[in-house]
Amino acid sequence: MRALHHFNGGVHPPEHKGESTLRPIQHPPLPKKLVIPLHQHIGNSAKPLVEAGDIVLKGQMIGKAEGYVSGAIHAPTSGKIISVGHESVPHPSGLKDLCIVLEPDGLESWIDLQPLDPLNMDPSTLRNRLRDAGVVGLGGAVFPSFIKLNPGTGKRIKTLVLNGAECEPYITCDDMLMRERAREIIEGAAVMRHMLHAEEVVIGIEDNKPQAISAMREAAGQSMEVVAVPTIYPGGGAKQLIRVLTGIEVPAGERSTDLGVQCFNVATAASVHRATRYGEPVLSRIVTVTGNVRNPGNFEALIGTPMDHLIDLAGRLEGSTGAIMGGPMMGFDLPSTAVPVVKATNCIIVKSDALFPKNPQPMPCIRCARCAESCPAELQPQELYWFAKAGNFGKAQEYALFDCIECGCCSYVCPSHIPLVQFYRYAKSEIWAQEREKKAADLARIRHDLRLERIEREKREKAERLAQKSAQAKTAENSPSEQK
Amino acid sequence: MVNVLLALIPAVAAYVWFFGPAILVTMALASATALVLEAVMLKLRKKPVKPYLLDGSALLTAWLLALSIPPMGPWWMIVTGTAFAIVIAKHLYGGLGSNPFNPAMVGYAVLIISFPVQMTQWLAPLSIAQSHLDFLSQLGYMFFHALPQGSHLDAFTSATPLDTLKTQLHLDRPMAAIMSMPVYGSIGGTGGQWVAAAYLAGGLYLLQQKIISWHVPAAFIATVFVVSGALHLIDPAHHASPWFELASGATMICAFFILTDPVTGPTTPKGKLIFASGAGFLTFVIRTYGGYPDGVAFAVLLMNICVPLIDAYTQPSVFGKKK
Repeated sequence: MRALHHFNGGVHPPEHKGESTLRPIQHPPLPKKLVIPLHQHIGNSAKPLVEAGDIVLKGQMIGKAEGYVSGAIHAPTSGKIISVGHESVPHPSGLKDLCIVLEPDGLESWIDLQPLDPLNMDPSTLRNRLRDAGVVGLGGAVFPSFIKLNPGTGKRIKTLVLNGAECEPYITCDDMLMRERAREIIEGAAVMRHMLHAEEVVIGIEDNKPQAISAMREAAGQSMEVVAVPTIYPGGGAKQLIRVLTGIEVPAGERSTDLGVQCFNVATAASVHRATRYGEPVLSRIVTVTGNVRNPGNFEALIGTPMDHLIDLAGRLEGSTGAIMGGPMMGFDLPSTAVPVVKATNCIIVKSDALFPKNPQPMPCIRCARCAESCPAELQPQELYWFAKAGNFGKAQEYALFDCIECGCCSYVCPSHIPLVQFYRYAKSEIWAQEREKKAADLARIRHDLRLERIEREKREKAERLAQKSAQAKTAENSPSEQK
Repeated sequence: MVNVLLALIPAVAAYVWFFGPAILVTMALASATALVLEAVMLKLRKKPVKPYLLDGSALLTAWLLALSIPPMGPWWMIVTGTAFAIVIAKHLYGGLGSNPFNPAMVGYAVLIISFPVQMTQWLAPLSIAQSHLDFLSQLGYMFFHALPQGSHLDAFTSATPLDTLKTQLHLDRPMAAIMSMPVYGSIGGTGGQWVAAAYLAGGLYLLQQKIISWHVPAAFIATVFVVSGALHLIDPAHHASPWFELASGATMICAFFILTDPVTGPTTPKGKLIFASGAGFLTFVIRTYGGYPDGVAFAVLLMNICVPLIDAYTQPSVFGKKK
């Protein structure tokens, strides 16, 4: 038995997971159109490879990874490209972004798939494959996986951690994936272990998912260790899970790789398996649709499927008051549900007043420090709140504002109902804005200084030239006779 | 804060049992004053009145102040103290959450400095008082400064056990003789020790409900105990037993109800220990060597001053950056 460690704080919000695990993963019928954003990952947007009118096959690359930190985008099914333009995407701002709109032809005709034998291949070849298959972290961060599978020369990865904790309330997509496709996850983990030369693979699953744990244990056999970790939010945060399983604390601003640990979501492992073994790029993901719907459940949704399509399938109910993408703790309110499922969409929660009552009026902070007790980053949220509110951003940084992982535990426990995380986000964005401004100002000042220097130099040169000329003229005047 | 009020009820009940119902009038008057002034100040500060009144913070200040002053004080003293606590110590400093000093203790400090005579007229425990005033006569004294014909204030008031100890030691009476006076009970003061026990019970309830953390009461009680215990060991003729120090005066109400005010205390665990130990030490020093009957109020206020400093120097290290 592995000795488990623990992290500070954490909370136990109502789980709401039972509702969406009653039925197996469902395969929704093809929607009428798919809207596929080109920016579904951390890093640069993919570069579109198709134009309106093109006919594409299922699995065909339609967006090319641009630069190192980027991911490729593929046609989730065969059909015709309707347009390449700006469409609504799931983002809290409600701003539009470049998308490819695809009309499925219903034939599901695949490209020629190129299966590999990953365990007998060079990791760098596999990384190229993952990059071209658009494999990104499916836990929500959507960081391109091939980068994390490249520890760099001289770095040794001891432990590969697979994250099946799924600590946020309502979300069950990883739970269902582990129950139904444990084999794929374990195969993917084996590929990752091979790529990282990791000594051990440890799979952490919160103990509120006994079916997933036993399915995973059966699939893993003796090759990997499946560990039931205590159910406590945010136990599924990468840093928290690494801490629980290995005792290592990864400081803010440092990478776990440097400490010999790398962590991936279980769904990412499954897509690594499919991309390497079968050559299938990431065309779909499992999405929990829950909350105020008649039949909450999980759907294997093609990327680009309109969220409304899934909500209709789950049974739209009266009294809906919007929707959240992600979980209630760290997710965000969708400006509209007429947006597509993207690689980061693990969950859609339809809200209602009964499930999500309006926040009571915030009262003043009484410094009770429950927030500090609950903070998994061991910050002093009450002080950060004070500094953020006062616009004292320097002090907020001194008190490690940027170590905040925005898990929302502090807001959850606050007896004064203060939306603390919003204050931290505000402070962070103000600091970023100030830094940008400072950079711009510095640049402008440098330009100005250079310009002044140039003007000065030109003046000087002009004066020198004039002086030279007049000197020449003088000598010419004075000595014409001598020359003659 | 409603839970904190609830936790005070056993002590109030014990108080009434041992000293009579006058304390209830004091508490009612302080409460009414606090609520009215809180509402007025909220209106003036353009804050919503209802949610702030219902949070119970004004009521708690009123109760703590009422429980700290003699139970049959004149009405104007109760009103003045409460007004100072609510208007000046709380709202003029920014209201709930922003006041640096414990409002109830500011009210107490103002009263003890301004009205030292009235502030030392404590009711004697019913069991040892020479005579009793009936409830109506008590009201008559509180509101009209009138005593029934033939009765004298000294007949039903007495110095507190702490005060008596100080005066008697000053007269060079031996400790054992002092402690056998009727005002002393088995551990603390007659009656008073049971009120202290009730505060302890209420405090344990708050701990169990996780409304307060153990740091402040533990550090405060431990410090008072250790300091007074050490002196008792060295010089038992002039220093009462540490158990007496715990069971008398405001030690228990301070440990669980006054010093635990989150607004005016530090937020870090280490800071709480430093803060409460400091308050324990100062309480004992002021109580033993100072001119006031007890040292709690000034100890708390002095430590309140140190809170920003304590907080700044006791920041725990964050995740992943431990030394």
